[in-house]
Amino acid sequence: MIVQFKPSALRQTRWYEYLVRFVLGGAMTVVAGLIAARFGPVIGGLFLAFPAIFPASATLIEKHVRERKEKAGLPGARRGKEAAALDAAGAALGSFGLAAFGLLIWLMIVQSPVGALVLAAASWLTVAVLAWEVRRWL
Amino acid sequence: MSQDNHLLPDGSTAAPMFEYGLRFLAGGIAVSAFAVLGDTLRPKSFAGLFGAAPSIAVATLLITLSQKGAPFAALEGRSMIVGAFALAAYSWTVCVLLKKFLLSSWTATMAALIVWFAVALGVSAGLFQLS
Repeated sequence: MIVQFKPSALRQTRWYEYLVRFVLGGAMTVVAGLIAARFGPVIGGLFLAFPAIFPASATLIEKHVRERKEKAGLPGARRGKEAAALDAAGAALGSFGLAAFGLLIWLMIVQSPVGALVLAAASWLTVAVLAWEVRRWL
Repeated sequence: MSQDNHLLPDGSTAAPMFEYGLRFLAGGIAVSAFAVLGDTLRPKSFAGLFGAAPSIAVATLLITLSQKGAPFAALEGRSMIVGAFALAAYSWTVCVLLKKFLLSSWTATMAALIVWFAVALGVSAGLFQLS
C-alpha cells in the first residue's frame, strides 16, 4: 500500500471546518496551560496528549465520506463510520510515537532544549510510521 | 476595592493574558497544520497517525520552556508518556465503537473520553503518587 499525498482533498473541507479545528486546538492549548499552572506539570503534562480535536476530525471524516458516497448514489452511512474508524486506528498507532516524543522530552530537555524538541519530533514520526508499517504486515 | 487589572503598572496581569493569547495562537496554528496534513494523506489509517501528532505539545512546550524552564517541561514530558498511552486506549475504543457498535463519530469520540480520563488519571495516580 503506497502512501499518497492528495492536496485536492482539501477542497472538501469548508472554511468553518478549518476554523473549528483552529479554535479547538487553540482553546485546548490554553486549557493545558491553565491546568499545568493550577495543578502542576505532572497533571498538566497528561493534557499534552488529550484528544482535543479528535471528535471534530472524526465527525468531519464521517461526514465527507458519507456525502461523497451518497453523491455517487451509494449508501454512505456505514462507509463514513468505517473511514472514521480507520482514522482512529491510525491515531492509536500514532500514540506510540507521541509516547516516544514525551520520553525524549523527559530525558533530554534539561540538557538540550532545542536538541530535545528536534529529536522528539523526529522520533514521533519514526515510531508512528514504524508502528503503522508493523501493523500493516501483521 | 476593585481596580482595572489591565492598568497595573507592573503588568502582572497583562503578562499572563499575553501568554495565553500566544498559547491560543500557537496551539491553533499547530493543530490546524497537522490536521491539514492528515487531510491530504491516503490511506486513511496512515492519515490517522496525524491525529496523534504532538501539536498541542509543541505549542505548549515552547512557551513552557521560556516561562517556567526546562525541569518543568521535563516533568510534563514524563506525564505526556502516560497521556499518550491513554490516547492509544481512547483511539482503539473509538475504533471499536464505530466498527462494532456503529455509533456516530461524535457519540463514539465523546463517550470514549471516559477511557482517556480513566487511563490517564488512573495510571498517573499509580505511578506518580498523586494526592
